[in-house]
Amino acid sequence: MSEPPAYIGFEEYSEHIPASIPAAVQQATSRFVSGRAARVAELPEWEQLRQAGSEIRLHTIENMDVYLAQLEEKILSAGGHVHWAQTAEDANRIVLQIAKEHNVKTAVKSKSMATEEIGLNHFLEKENIQIIETDLGEYIIQLAGTGPSHIIVPAVHLKKEEIAAIFSEKLDMNAPADPIELARIAREILREKFLTAEMGISGGNFLVAETGTLVMVTNEGNGRMCTTMPELHVAVVGIDKIIPDWESLTVFLKLLARSATGQKLSTYTQFITGPRHEEGEFGPKEFHLILLDNGRSNILQDPIGREVFKCIRCGACANVCPVYKNVGGFAYGWFISGPIGAILSPQMLGIKTARELPYASTLCGACADVCPVKIPIPTILRHLRRRVAEGDAISLPTIPVPIRAAAGLSSLALAHNWIYRFGALILPTLMSIFKRNGWIPSAPYPLSRWTKSRPLPPFTSHFRRWWKTARPTQGKDSTR
Amino acid sequence: MPKAQLFITCLGDQFYTTTLQNMTHILERLGVDVSFPSEQTCCGQPLFNNGFEEKTRPVALNFLRAFSKSDAPIVAPSGSCVSMVKHHYAELFKEGTPEHALAVDIASRTYEFTEYLVNVLKVTDVGAVYPHKVTYHASCHYLREMGLKTEAKTLLNQVKGLEFVQLKEEETCCGFGGAFTVTYPEVSRSMMENKVKDIVASGADTVVMCEPGCLMNVAGGLHKAGSHIRAMHIIDLLSSQ
Ligand code: SF4
Repeated sequence: MSEPPAYIGFEEYSEHIPASIPAAVQQATSRFVSGRAARVAELPEWEQLRQAGSEIRLHTIENMDVYLAQLEEKILSAGGHVHWAQTAEDANRIVLQIAKEHNVKTAVKSKSMATEEIGLNHFLEKENIQIIETDLGEYIIQLAGTGPSHIIVPAVHLKKEEIAAIFSEKLDMNAPADPIELARIAREILREKFLTAEMGISGGNFLVAETGTLVMVTNEGNGRMCTTMPELHVAVVGIDKIIPDWESLTVFLKLLARSATGQKLSTYTQFITGPRHEEGEFGPKEFHLILLDNGRSNILQDPIGREVFKCIRCGACANVCPVYKNVGGFAYGWFISGPIGAILSPQMLGIKTARELPYASTLCGACADVCPVKIPIPTILRHLRRRVAEGDAISLPTIPVPIRAAAGLSSLALAHNWIYRFGALILPTLMSIFKRNGWIPSAPYPLSRWTKSRPLPPFTSHFRRWWKTARPTQGKDSTR
Repeated sequence: MPKAQLFITCLGDQFYTTTLQNMTHILERLGVDVSFPSEQTCCGQPLFNNGFEEKTRPVALNFLRAFSKSDAPIVAPSGSCVSMVKHHYAELFKEGTPEHALAVDIASRTYEFTEYLVNVLKVTDVGAVYPHKVTYHASCHYLREMGLKTEAKTLLNQVKGLEFVQLKEEETCCGFGGAFTVTYPEVSRSMMENKVKDIVASGADTVVMCEPGCLMNVAGGLHKAGSHIRAMHIIDLLSSQ
């Protein structure tokens, strides 16, 4: 993915979803859902952990400047470099400058959402620096030329046959539809790149302020290779990844792997505090951390919206989201998808660009139930819908005028019961012309959008009359 | 004598007359003094959930006025509408205003029907007989916003002749979501079709739920799929003798 989208057309996308996507997504996510449930059931203190995770995050959100300053100081004293990037462009330019200073031609990269956010791959390629994704899923979608469709399983939308076809086409070979064989092919190609790349690029799951430590949680080992084999390591990390100390880290490590993949702990948990200090030690000679703001400071001013930065990017909300499971990640139009994408993208890109996303939910609440840091996702969705519909301190309303007018009229009708009752009186007669065999199989707009998928039951509404005239045991109408 | 004011909800009012009559009968049979404030319209949730908070306020005020004439508990055949009153009305008004105080008072005595039966009246057996294989769809707001996890099943458990079968994805949304059905009709349809498939696979001949909205969606979906499985509001099942 490259430039951020100018407009995200969720509805338009949702009308043309290839049938293979929901099938692949549902299969993969249901595995994660049952894995997560099993791990959570093993931990009686799960709810306390979630509460602690949520509280620590809120605390850091409120004291972010203090912890970031502490982090910077610790990294500097460990011999690392810290760069502050106000925007995506700043971050890209800083990476490029470091690359140029070191004469980098090839960079290997481990999976990172921050670099997807800033479109780093595209940017570096334009500058003639080859950048290779080394996470298997990321490698696949880099070959395919798309963005990720799931936070932790970027190629979740692809079946093994499709992956084999991509390998065959892009790598000019005859790749079999066998996951083990495909992984072997990728490993062989990537091994070569690890050995020759001059720069390793990573993101980070947490930044521990106490010691200036970058924490990476991965499963494939490629993250460790990216950050130890090249002599130069550049990490691009959002400022929201900061946590106070190692004690807090234990809470998040318990929450993250269980929520994400249903593991007790990921295969690799790496702690990186500056570059290597003496010859013979593991690690690169130079370590750079780029702290990415890209609009975060502004969102942090909004007391409801800012809770989005409690997120630890586990993807559990997407795994349980019935909307996500039926549309897949690309419907959300940017690097981040599912419920978290629906509350993050409209805040980062501006509500005008992503005004359809807050409505891409039935407010069923399954996401908030599983979120390990208790982000009140439905509340934030409603908050953003309010921004779309009525406007707030951050944006003017962006909803089409006819919808606003219709909302105004229904408000009027529902607030004045005589208008409502009049409507209820005439609707059954009015709608009876559409009735066929006890159902309304097709109704005029906007109800046509309902009836194109299923019939509408007939309007009956004679409870009020029955109450007044025909009720066998007469109770009291409290109004008269 | 326990008292209850019927909050019939706009969907109940428009589409489910029989269910409302059955609700009245059950409550009266259990000795409840039932009243019906006729100025009620809709709780305003469709406006509120779509971001029209300003425009929800007058609708909520109409509701509060209609139900404040009596101090009796308020009972509705919908967890979603009750959740709106219980959890969101107070947010609509500034703390310290009489409207806010009224919203808090009304919220504290508004109940979903099965909740009122099981937790207030402490009734689990309403004397229903329904010799069928029945499955249950847990509606989202009923389940998660109201936290009603056992009430419906407790009542079903006492119905004579009823054989219960569990859905594989009992707690997955059916795709209703109010305006969602017309905002993203394709997505709503896929979700509904998944739910219908799950219901058909259960082998039940009846599916019950506690929410008029989901009922419209699921019943319509079953009909469209050519299935003969009956979709019912739990109230109607509990009225079967
Ligand atoms: S919002 Fe919660 S559940 Fe979703 S990815 Fe973030 S932490 Fe995980």
